Amino acid sequence: MSKILVCIKRVVDSNARVRVKPDGSGIATEGVKMSINPFDEVALEEALRIKERGTGAPRVTENTEIIVASIGPTDAQQQLRTALAMGADRAVLVQPPAGTELSTEPLTVARTILALTQREQPQIVILGRQAIDDDNSQTGQMLAALWGRPQATFASKIEVRDGKATVTREVDAGLETIEVELPAVFTTDLRLNEPRYVQLPDIMKAKRKPLDTLSFADLGITPTPQVKIVRCDPPQVRQKGTKVKDARELVDALKKKGLL
Amino acid sequence: MRAKVLIIAEHNGAQLNPSTAKCVSCANAIGSTTQEETTKEEIGVTVAVFAANGAAVSAAAAALAGVTRVWRVDHPTNQHALAAILAPQVAVLAKDFTHILGPSTTFGKDLMPRVAALLGAPQLSNVMAVESARRFRRPIYAGNAILTVEVPEGVPIVATVRVASFAAAPTGGSAKIEPLTLNVELPTHTRFVSLSSGSSDRPDLQTARRVISGGRGLGSAENFRLLYSLADKLGAAVGASRAAVDAGYVPNDMQVGQTGKIIAPELYVAIGISGAIQHLAGIKDALTIVAINKDAEAPIFEIADIGLAGDLFTIVPELEKLIGP
Repeated sequence: MSKILVCIKRVVDSNARVRVKPDGSGIATEGVKMSINPFDEVALEEALRIKERGTGAPRVTENTEIIVASIGPTDAQQQLRTALAMGADRAVLVQPPAGTELSTEPLTVARTILALTQREQPQIVILGRQAIDDDNSQTGQMLAALWGRPQATFASKIEVRDGKATVTREVDAGLETIEVELPAVFTTDLRLNEPRYVQLPDIMKAKRKPLDTLSFADLGITPTPQVKIVRCDPPQVRQKGTKVKDARELVDALKKKGLL
Repeated sequence: MRAKVLIIAEHNGAQLNPSTAKCVSCANAIGSTTQEETTKEEIGVTVAVFAANGAAVSAAAAALAGVTRVWRVDHPTNQHALAAILAPQVAVLAKDFTHILGPSTTFGKDLMPRVAALLGAPQLSNVMAVESARRFRRPIYAGNAILTVEVPEGVPIVATVRVASFAAAPTGGSAKIEPLTLNVELPTHTRFVSLSSGSSDRPDLQTARRVISGGRGLGSAENFRLLYSLADKLGAAVGASRAAVDAGYVPNDMQVGQTGKIIAPELYVAIGISGAIQHLAGIKDALTIVAINKDAEAPIFEIADIGLAGDLFTIVPELEKLIGP
């Protein structure tokens, strides 16, 4: 059986207003809606589509198992249940030691996922290209390095066939296509697909799907934080601008600023 | 402790990407924070150029003020910048350096974490300011919060440099260029197939002094011609919001925002763009932001220096006429 591992992160919902705590210790998350990181939702959708399309002839649809994993607090079970409702076959939650849930560094996350790949032996690991909270964009690449396997980051098209994948990547210069041998790590751009909506019967079904919880110790991981967070500040606010009423006033205003 | 900085050059085989000169500025800033303990000459800034034939790119890197040495690593497999191929080479070169920098472009974002993992080092993504050689500032939550982070001595720092936050280092340097041959086993599991570019004769979006961007309000690929015409009058580059790219009006390399290009032009004109957070994350460093949108309540007006609520289809041609030939 071939396996696809999808990694998802529980983050502040992309529509929630982000507020820096007055004491500068971080972001206020109490009572804020939490969701699957949108890039990771795309990652899961892509795994489902790869499974549905099959990865070679003859089609091996029913033989592909999708495992969804998250590293985070107990509450991340909610996001894993949503992922199971979308169509993942089973879920794994890896819980960091108490007190470190919010600051698991990408390298530790990558080591943890590496341990999962050693247990599960997936052919494909898919993650979002970045999490919308810390905007690091590191985990997938770090995992690929530690695993000694190919990476295809910022993917907007993935074709899997006969042990290889052809991936179109969104790069600054345009669209780059690369070919990688499996197993490989993919990170997703938002344009890769549009995630499906979860149907009510799927939510019911998801409740019966397996969700295992592991600790870092179970995977032999000792978190080793290397970056100290000194403080968190709100950004500088731009000065309130002026309104003009037509094109002529706009041109005058630009001339006054020396921009025309 | 003395700072020794290694910068991985970004280039297209022929030309050095301007993002590299911004990394040099960041390196110079790291150097200047450690000057009490050492003289300026002792702060090493090495630029590594990986290419099939890196002659022209190495010469351009050597001319950047602040660069003390260029390592030219020519190898046929370095023709295309594949992270899986470059990272093991960078990792070999990186020992003895305190900082390893790349730009926060798709090149650097792809490569640097792979390097960091091979080194067992932390990466600081999108560094926007240098507070000391070990302390930096970086945006999180699409720029809605700024984190100050510190890495203790004794650990190499891998970082991507937020290109919109640093001025390009000027030329005027004359670093020596040293050819290097590395004895590193390179993987064969990753192959370059092709690159398709929506190239144009207009100024480069990432470095243009003036940028005009269109959003979903343009309504079609056809209507983007309005912007091209205005841009050509102003000598401006043309960008787009994610919505416009998603709608298929323009190619992805025109996208400005959190997952597209993060830019800092003198003048940014947002036309028919509502101002989603992820778009604003890409333009916050523009000196002057102009917004033209039919919805007077659009969030773009909250950060615009000059706002004009109205119909872009009448305003843009009028503007073009008023600006003159």
